[in-house]
Amino acid sequence: MSDQTTENVQKDTSSSGGAGPKTTPVISQTPLPRKPKQDRPADQDPGIWRTNRRNVLAVTGWMGFLGFIIISTVGALRYMFPRVLFEPPTKFKAGFPQDFMIGEVSEKYKDEKRVWIVREKEGFYALISICTHLGCTPRWLPGDNKFKCPCHGSGFYRTGVNFEGPAPRPLERAFIGIADDGQLQIDRSVKFLYEKNEWGRIGSFLPYTG
Amino acid sequence: MALMEQFKKSEFYKSIFRHSYQDTQRNRALQIVDNVFLHLHPVRVPRHATNIGFTWGMGGITFLLFLVLTITGVILMFYYRPTAQYAYEDMKYLMNDVPFGPLMRNMHRWAAHAMVLTVMLHMFRVFLTGSYKPPRQFNWMVGVILLVLTLLLSFSGYLLPWDQLAIWAVTVGTNMARATPLLGHEGPFGPELGMRIDNDVRFVLLGGTEVGPPTLLRFYVGHCIFLPLIAVIFMAVHFWRVRKDGGISGPESKKNF
Repeated sequence: MSDQTTENVQKDTSSSGGAGPKTTPVISQTPLPRKPKQDRPADQDPGIWRTNRRNVLAVTGWMGFLGFIIISTVGALRYMFPRVLFEPPTKFKAGFPQDFMIGEVSEKYKDEKRVWIVREKEGFYALISICTHLGCTPRWLPGDNKFKCPCHGSGFYRTGVNFEGPAPRPLERAFIGIADDGQLQIDRSVKFLYEKNEWGRIGSFLPYTG
Repeated sequence: MALMEQFKKSEFYKSIFRHSYQDTQRNRALQIVDNVFLHLHPVRVPRHATNIGFTWGMGGITFLLFLVLTITGVILMFYYRPTAQYAYEDMKYLMNDVPFGPLMRNMHRWAAHAMVLTVMLHMFRVFLTGSYKPPRQFNWMVGVILLVLTLLLSFSGYLLPWDQLAIWAVTVGTNMARATPLLGHEGPFGPELGMRIDNDVRFVLLGGTEVGPPTLLRFYVGHCIFLPLIAVIFMAVHFWRVRKDGGISGPESKKNF
């Protein structure tokens, strides 16, 4: 700042001289008043890193405060993730396979578990009755032989593959197997996605011809 | 009359109303400055500020609607219980059997719809008049946050009747949270970061893996306590900045009136 002022002063004096004989520039600048202490950068002052009792206590105090805030925040965030969910279990038994007729799309577990159980000639598969568009519950229309979502009109073949409306991908299949007692065992938390080529895997289809 | 004059001279009266209504410039200013409820208001209102054609009064109407919503909302809280067992019944009770219940609920509902509309119109007006330009850039950003808060308040309130429309609308709405980048279990890089259906951002919103009783409670607390509190803080900043940025914006030609 002070350098700049000096330069300006010099320029002004030389230009005022104009085309006349060159004179030595007049240094008319008075030294700037010394800034008060609070406006000057501290020379060799380590600031808060000066090790004295006041700073140690202050830094310790602030670290404690910071730690308290961080731990409280983490605790509050963790608090929002419940350990126990009061939701229906994802794994359930769905009755004996011979109770289902060939060609049947069973809506028996739709309300409670949101799963359709479909029996074909070769076996079973379980479709999760959640529309892949925005999560509504489609309806099984036996007359049209398709699943139809009431929200935005998505339609799915009985295999679960989408063919009309806004749904971007086929319905998801849930794990289906046979439990120890011979009943169908379904686990909604294990999913098989068509678009990931998972419909051929064990559990996505239960071979059964009995 | 004489009694009134006597009363006005008493210490009791003067401790509440510190200034007389004598119509002088100084008194007009002091009445605003010395009142906790009016001090957010500018001491002097420029003439162009009364021109409704320029501002449409939309910001003020939005705030008025917020006050209406706060008051009717608190009144509704006296009868509404945010549990799956009672929520729908209480809403029906309010609509059918509580004296003035339908009026309070309908005021709350319509004011909520209107507030979304007026916030949009306010934003539209600010855009059209270029009132987002310096020195008001920061207040535009505060306004954007307030718009988001208004929409969140509207969305969270939508679940509370706990009818089919509410549950499925919120199911659809929160399903979008599945696709949140990094924090959603179906979003980009979500699964890679270990997001599952029972630990992602949607799970926190719902308090479960599907819309259920915990969701109702979370949305209720958010709707009645958390979001209004945040909104009030941002509103205070918003109004304060209006004054700090040179008062209510007006036509260029009349700015220095």
